[in-house]
Amino acid sequence: MNNLLEVQNLTVKFPTRNGMFEAVRKISFSLGRERLGIVGESGSGKSMTGRAILRLIRRPGILEADHIKLEGEDLLQFSEKAMRQVRGHKISMIMQDPKFSLNPVMRIGEQICEAYRLHAKASKKEAKKKTLDMLEKVLIRDPERVYRAYPHEMSGGMGQRIMIAMMLIPDPKILIADEPTSALDVTVQKEVLEIMDDLVRERGMGLIFISHDLNVVSAFCDRVLIMYAGRVVEICQADRLHEAKHPYTIGLLNSIPQLEHPVEHLQVLQRDDAWSREPSVNGVVKREQAS
Amino acid sequence: MSRDNKTGIELAQVNVWFGEGEERVDAVIDATFSVPHGGSFGLVGESGSGKSTILRAITGLAPTWSGNISVLGSMLGKERDKGFYHDVQMVFQDPYASLHPRQTVDHVLSEALYLHGFKNPDKRIVQILDDVGLEQSFRFRWPHQLSGGQRQRVAIARALIIEPSILLLDEPTSALDVSVQAEILNLLTRLRKERGLTYLMVSHDLAVVSHMCSEMAVMNQGEIVEMLDVEQLRGLKAKHPYTKELLDASVQKRRGKP
Repeated sequence: MNNLLEVQNLTVKFPTRNGMFEAVRKISFSLGRERLGIVGESGSGKSMTGRAILRLIRRPGILEADHIKLEGEDLLQFSEKAMRQVRGHKISMIMQDPKFSLNPVMRIGEQICEAYRLHAKASKKEAKKKTLDMLEKVLIRDPERVYRAYPHEMSGGMGQRIMIAMMLIPDPKILIADEPTSALDVTVQKEVLEIMDDLVRERGMGLIFISHDLNVVSAFCDRVLIMYAGRVVEICQADRLHEAKHPYTIGLLNSIPQLEHPVEHLQVLQRDDAWSREPSVNGVVKREQAS
Repeated sequence: MSRDNKTGIELAQVNVWFGEGEERVDAVIDATFSVPHGGSFGLVGESGSGKSTILRAITGLAPTWSGNISVLGSMLGKERDKGFYHDVQMVFQDPYASLHPRQTVDHVLSEALYLHGFKNPDKRIVQILDDVGLEQSFRFRWPHQLSGGQRQRVAIARALIIEPSILLLDEPTSALDVSVQAEILNLLTRLRKERGLTYLMVSHDLAVVSHMCSEMAVMNQGEIVEMLDVEQLRGLKAKHPYTKELLDASVQKRRGKP
């Protein structure tokens, strides 16, 4: 078994009045059974990369790549119908705000059951049991009550746990989490990340963690891709993020105010046009054996 | 208005609630603190802790409150007069929502001037754009033509153009990228120094508050659980368990150890 996912020269572009706008430009990376972080500012193309993997780029957006291989099979060759089997079943995605990703007029339990039964042939009774189990796994204290509740009765942190439960119940191989905790408070953020981390590790899944927050990413990932203007400018081991070499990464790190190291004047990022011109750093790791 | 040059904002036993009877929700309970004139004070807490509600009570946007609020030495009643808004201005969290989408930057700024009866709008607009670090070419642009950071600069310009002495900042950078956040925080620091402004800043980010404010109150479920100065915060000398939890969360996050 090699990589779970391999992306080669992925480009996402949008036609505009002023010519093509390239949101993602020729990036390549691979994902094993690891936690891969993608960081960058808004507009750097990190969310587009996540969506492109699931082929969720809507027209007139154009998605191009040499290949996007999921366990050796090229997703670009799949029909739209076949793609639907991939989404949720093999690769699932958690979005930023649970308020917008849960159906407001459907009970939470029913939504999770639906997600399960779409991909697994199971009776309603089995699905309910499985759902309650899953709700317990994301540390919800009273699963029966949550099962019957509507999304508006839940707080943001609970909502995001429910999303995690819903996304993990079909047992996907890869989870793409797009800013899963940005809408949450710091203390809740930690809890939700820990739950996600535990479940992903336990199941030996691959995780793509998309975030603007360098600190969160360095704490929860193994490897980090840093994106700027649609390109990968640097790849670091997450625990060595503070040894980053690219001026953009260093600039980002320095612009964060720090509690224990007060400064009079925060460093401001001085952008360099060359950053958006130089080619992407290749993030493909050759793996011969599953680790 | 009689002016007292020592205190900027003073709150004593302020309660704010919404709804009546069984529906009543106490959003702020017994809040007492004061911000010296020219000082900067931070309110920290999670969403729902009542920190923004305090700002709204001061500006008169939360009508049901009790207790004493005084601004620049004069007690506030139920209504705010024009003089109050001349002294106190607010910058909101989301620059994408706080600017009128069909008004140009020029329109936004000149309306503020017109409402407060300022002369020479032209000169003042040129000046304020300069002060907040926007080029003159931005003057006739619409909000959709601006980035998040530029919009927040316009929001700050709108608040400052009528020369208030107190600025209420409601999470002014939480919708922005860290690199842009640094620019806006530097801008706010510089403007405070230049104009001797008083800041009351709400944020959930302890690092941002410790950078901007010399004193802060930590709020949880409507109550102020602890008051700290910046030295205590930096020395991680919080006493209340909730503050400790908050501090732990932000320090761990930074050190990169889950």
